[in-house]
Amino acid sequence: MPNVMLRYNDKGDLLFYVAKKDLEEVIASVETNTDEAWGGTVELSNGDKFFIDPISPPPEFPTTLRFKRG
Amino acid sequence: MSEMTREQTEALIQEVLEVYPEKAQKDRAKHLTINDQEIEKSSKCITSNRKSLPGVMTIRGCAYAGSKGVVWGPVKDMIHLSHGPVGCGQYSRAGRRNYYVGNTGVDTFGTINFTSDFQEKDIVFGGDKKLNKIVDEINMLFPLAKGLSIQSECPIGLIGDDIEAVAKQKGKELNKTIVPVRCEGFRGVSQSLGHHIANDAIRDWVIDPATGKEFESTDYDVTIIGDYNIGGDAWASRILLEEMGLRVIAQWSGDGTLAEMENTPKAKLNLLHCYRSMNYISRYMEEKFGVPWMEYNFFGPTKIEESLRAIAAQFDDKIKEGAEKVIEKYKPQWQAVVDKYRPRLEGKRVMLYVGGLRPRHIIGAYEDLGMEVVGTGYEFAHNDDYDRTIAEVGNATLIYDDVTGYEFEEFVKRVKPDLIGSGIKEKYIFQKMGIPFRQMHSWDYSGPYHGYDGFAIFARDMDMTLNNPCWDSMTPPWKRMGDETAIAAE
Repeated sequence: MPNVMLRYNDKGDLLFYVAKKDLEEVIASVETNTDEAWGGTVELSNGDKFFIDPISPPPEFPTTLRFKRG
Repeated sequence: MSEMTREQTEALIQEVLEVYPEKAQKDRAKHLTINDQEIEKSSKCITSNRKSLPGVMTIRGCAYAGSKGVVWGPVKDMIHLSHGPVGCGQYSRAGRRNYYVGNTGVDTFGTINFTSDFQEKDIVFGGDKKLNKIVDEINMLFPLAKGLSIQSECPIGLIGDDIEAVAKQKGKELNKTIVPVRCEGFRGVSQSLGHHIANDAIRDWVIDPATGKEFESTDYDVTIIGDYNIGGDAWASRILLEEMGLRVIAQWSGDGTLAEMENTPKAKLNLLHCYRSMNYISRYMEEKFGVPWMEYNFFGPTKIEESLRAIAAQFDDKIKEGAEKVIEKYKPQWQAVVDKYRPRLEGKRVMLYVGGLRPRHIIGAYEDLGMEVVGTGYEFAHNDDYDRTIAEVGNATLIYDDVTGYEFEEFVKRVKPDLIGSGIKEKYIFQKMGIPFRQMHSWDYSGPYHGYDGFAIFARDMDMTLNNPCWDSMTPPWKRMGDETAIAAE
């Protein structure tokens, strides 16, 4: 259950950062990404997958959320 | 020696690894690589931030060094108590040359060593009582100290002293900021974790309690984060930002104060120089206070220009104009430096091995002088640093993570660089091998190297070292004349 910092990079992509793992990757896809909710399975550009229960209303980035390994 | 090809470099790494036992060989192989700009993610080619092998000569430091020496140490109006035995603080005292203004011992305390000097009885019975007394003593002797940070050394963690409780109680009693920092040296694999712990301590004990403090801000407030003012670096950077119309409200932590740290969340933009040691707190401030941060690089005119424009792009036209004016103003100055030194340094090859930022940041400055970086490596970088490095260095360049003394020597023998930039522990080995050397941690007691002013000093120092006549005296006269003398003697 890593604590993940989510923030936008200069290009406007959402970055997925786990300090303890030195993991800093762009999020490739998010299962649920609508005006009502954000979450589900999140896939990173390196192929790693993480899961979070969809949050409603969508969180404001940057923020820190707790993910599960998916 | 001409440039090495990829195959040659690969063969070199293999050859150097051969002396290790099998297990060590396997481990070390992961830390040595050849740069390939096609790779986007460094994790594919290099492993970093892992425990050093027992038995090898690593050049790393400890968590205490990262917290007390790097992050907290330069905060000048606080007293940083090295809590534990006397050695850790004494042998590192004033070693980083973080310049500051103020009256040492009255309102600033940068170069003084404060320690609780643990004895056997403190280890056996616990040192909290002693700490209590020390806080009172410090408060009496140095009433102008704005705060106190308690930097734990190894024994504190081992015996389980509760420094947080003391800090809380005394902080309330004296109404001062007292920060317990759990930076025991044995934590983590290098000083890098010390940076992280120190950042977290700043977050919990300085920034959060100061939320809501009043501050008159302007639209052009920025902070300099991760500049430790070594030889005056932060000052050379600060004047450039101020000239382009920005207001620098805090310096972290070179020549910085507690009040500046507390005001930082009120800035419009955090400018991050040393990414490795202060990215944690920048990320936190972005999340909690919505202060964006950006990395910049003030080494060498090319990078300065790029950075000034990138910083200005975050503000309105007034600042953008200001940035162009600054770039225009300093152009003749740095052009003169390049004209003077480039012919003397052109084509020289450099190997670097520094901490967590300079192995990539300083490359631009060397390139401005026509020099080439043929090998670079970090003591304690993480993968995100290597991600940022790949684009900066050329293809087929040797990259070494947490290099051992043996590897570094062998690499140097084979690559034969004209100049090496590393720390004091490496300096005399390589000088005795006849290779010009500059300390790139402390600028070899020179500096500043940041900013346009720093570049002039940087160029002069490199020339002074590389073209020093002493390097012609490496061969003794009787060997230099060789056979001719022998014949004459007959």
